[in-house]
Amino acid sequence: MRIIVSILLLVVIILGITLALIAIPFGESIGQIGEHYIENGIKETGAANVVTSVVLEYRGFDTLGEVTILFIAAVGLGAVMATSKKSKDGRKNITPASLVVYTGCRFLFPLIILFGFYVFVHGHLSPGGGFQGGAVIASAFVLIYMACRGKRLSMVPARVMESVGGLVFIIVGLIGLGIGGQFLSNHLPLGVPNTLLSAGIIPIIYIAIGFKVGSELTGVIDNLIEESE
Amino acid sequence: MIIFIVSLLVILMLIAAISACVFKDLLGAVIASCMVSLIAAVLFFMLQAPDVAMAEAAIGAALSTAVFVIAIIRTKRHEE
Repeated sequence: MRIIVSILLLVVIILGITLALIAIPFGESIGQIGEHYIENGIKETGAANVVTSVVLEYRGFDTLGEVTILFIAAVGLGAVMATSKKSKDGRKNITPASLVVYTGCRFLFPLIILFGFYVFVHGHLSPGGGFQGGAVIASAFVLIYMACRGKRLSMVPARVMESVGGLVFIIVGLIGLGIGGQFLSNHLPLGVPNTLLSAGIIPIIYIAIGFKVGSELTGVIDNLIEESE
Repeated sequence: MIIFIVSLLVILMLIAAISACVFKDLLGAVIASCMVSLIAAVLFFMLQAPDVAMAEAAIGAALSTAVFVIAIIRTKRHEE
């Protein structure tokens, strides 16, 4: 009896979702406010990438919230994992993985780091931004941990970068509050669109977010791996 | 043509998602969920959202898979 009821429920849910999704056209915009961003985004913010202008300019405060959420998650994980840390039994024994994995990771690591930096430095010009670039950089550090089992990286620079990144974001926002009257208002000259030095404060904030997210996610992975050995 | 590719990708994604649920080997399940993320990234790209596709590929496919694999190393590989 319960099985029949649950199957019936499942069928009803599937039908409902399917009917709801059929009505939505695939890949076409149905909103109104998007039109304003697309038409006036470059003029008002100077950022060629409309998504970036929305994320950091029109909705900059939300981004601060997102960064804070990530920070709290990383701090919480660090606090939980810190209890049984620092065993340090003798010399750490680093065992490289197989030759193919090791060589591949050594070859790919600088390229991935470079791509991550490219993504967040050019966040206002091309797709991507601080979060994406930071995640790409963190995945490069995952490769290191994969290639050399037992290898520990010093997390002190990462913690410094994390704090400095968060501080830069908030200080730039407060300077905007002092000059423009709004938190995160764009107080630098907008420059010529489609050049690297354009869009005012957006590149500064995205570089800060990139460093912050990259070091934070690397710290998360480091915490977990440290615990697992 | 494009609708054919999209349907193929969605069907593959469904298969991967279902196998992530039913696999008893947790490592296989993690790889299947990684495949869900990768296909989602491709679909985001086809929907002209490269920013989201990048985030999905980096976080969903790479980092969360790494976290799950570390968790499997610490616990057991096979579900009872």
